Amino acid sequence: MPLDLSPIWISLETSVTATAITLVCGVAVAIWRANRRGLGPALLDSVFLLPLVLPPTVVGFLLLLLFGRNGPLGRLLLHFGATVVFSWPATVIASAVVSFPLMYLSVRAALEQVDAHLLQAARTLGASEWRVFRRIALPLAWPGILAGTILAFARALGEFGATLMLAGSIPGRTQTIPIAIYFAVESNDLHQAVAWSLIDIFISLAMIAGMYYWTHLQNPARPRWTGESGR
Amino acid sequence: MPLEVQFEKRLATYNLNVEFSCGADPLAVLGPSGAGKSMTLRCIAGLERPDRGRIALDGRALFDSSKNINLSSRERRVGLLFQHYALFPHLTVAENISFGLDNLPAAGRDARVKQQIAQAHLAGFEHRSPRELSGGEQQRVALARALAIEPEALLLDEPLSALDTHLRSQIERQLIDTLANFRRPALFVTHNMEEAYRIAINLLVLARGRVAAHGPKEEIFRHPPSLEVAQLTGLKNFSRAKQISADAVEALDWNCTLRTHEPIQCPPKYLGIRAHYVNFLEAASCVSSSANVFPCWLVRFSETPFRITLYLRLHNPPDGAGEHHLQAELFKEKWLRMREHPQPWHVQLSPESLMIFPE
Repeated sequence: MPLDLSPIWISLETSVTATAITLVCGVAVAIWRANRRGLGPALLDSVFLLPLVLPPTVVGFLLLLLFGRNGPLGRLLLHFGATVVFSWPATVIASAVVSFPLMYLSVRAALEQVDAHLLQAARTLGASEWRVFRRIALPLAWPGILAGTILAFARALGEFGATLMLAGSIPGRTQTIPIAIYFAVESNDLHQAVAWSLIDIFISLAMIAGMYYWTHLQNPARPRWTGESGR
Repeated sequence: MPLEVQFEKRLATYNLNVEFSCGADPLAVLGPSGAGKSMTLRCIAGLERPDRGRIALDGRALFDSSKNINLSSRERRVGLLFQHYALFPHLTVAENISFGLDNLPAAGRDARVKQQIAQAHLAGFEHRSPRELSGGEQQRVALARALAIEPEALLLDEPLSALDTHLRSQIERQLIDTLANFRRPALFVTHNMEEAYRIAINLLVLARGRVAAHGPKEEIFRHPPSLEVAQLTGLKNFSRAKQISADAVEALDWNCTLRTHEPIQCPPKYLGIRAHYVNFLEAASCVSSSANVFPCWLVRFSETPFRITLYLRLHNPPDGAGEHHLQAELFKEKWLRMREHPQPWHVQLSPESLMIFPE
């Protein structure tokens, strides 16, 4: 029986989409968080980080409650004639929620280690907050943001528990590689399980190689993103 | 007065409460670490918000708590030079200098950058990264970047402290020229009183968040209003004082009575004399005819290439405890002559050089 390759594309599309969403949300939340102190934001932080410590099945179950027919978001979406559960968007939502903490933590750490004096200097030179962010904070925090993106992408690619809970395993629609492996083993199809595992290893190695090329080989001479502030 | 500053700000360890003004002559802000110097600059630049008060530049309110005005840094048009320059490490020298000029058309921007590069003697460095520059070059880039936006006031936070000593005098010279051409309010924070004296015209002495003195530098160095200011401007010798008569005080820590130049106005608490005014009488004939002359012994000394500081004990030889009463500073030539003479030497604390501090 020829291997159905759809899990590869579903996995990649899901991971790329989920990473793009977490990147935008992670940066936005990290910026919002950067200038805030106090209990409220700290409590909100623990909510953001919950998916990192909870078992993925619990995250998936909570998402199911939220997006299910009787869940608050599920009912809202039903008004517009949409159901999320057991559809491709569900794989994206599950992956995005589970990988968000990694992105958020990395981006926040990267923004925090940008020397505050540089941002202040930019402000005294008449730069708007947007310009300060785009020209100073973002380029200087870029290595950390990139690291967060890679971590989040890797996490999204490997996502299993929450995806299975929310999206199920519908071949050609929501079946990603990890889920395909699980069901191959389940039905004693070891050849398929090995094939999927090898494909997964190959994708991961390619990712690591690409990462290495991007961070090290592009600028061999200049330690460009070391985050030092020219002191 | 173009820059008027009056504000209060509660800080963790003390309250910063300052009031001063600055015209076109450079003003040095002198004070020990933690006196509130940098915080004062940051409040003027809009990086910190005072609790109360008013900061105005040429009549334009930058901050006014009574009218709820608090312009952001970008609206203030106040240039700030950070202690460690805060150059953008990912931008070139030219990009750093042009950072604040994005509101200008490209041609005007290039012209302004060229002009600043020429004035700061940075030709050939345009495309370098800040980390490829020496400390002095980095300082010039930071100054050029601050001046490029043609600020209405310039604030310098210890601009020379991060430099090697051999670079300092040259950079200091350039800084004095730059400030002379600026002709708008310029504040210069330092904890080095000699640097303050060389660079500025007027002096603001801060101590524990208060203005301890404010005025022309010569006046403050000659007649410091308090012992604290005297010490901050380099006074090494001081003693508790008690008035004896209309023109005589007892120096309690030095065990001697001193004549004063003028009648004493109000009860003195301290008296002092600067180390380079401590005078040694070499001719025996002067000893009996001059006022405030005392025998003294050398406790120890410390040398620099051309000068020497002597630590002296009055009245009787040092008893081994190493306690000295006075420091005297003199040139080596005089020292070489003096050490030929047997001790005790005769030291004069001339009435004209005495400083009296009521409290």
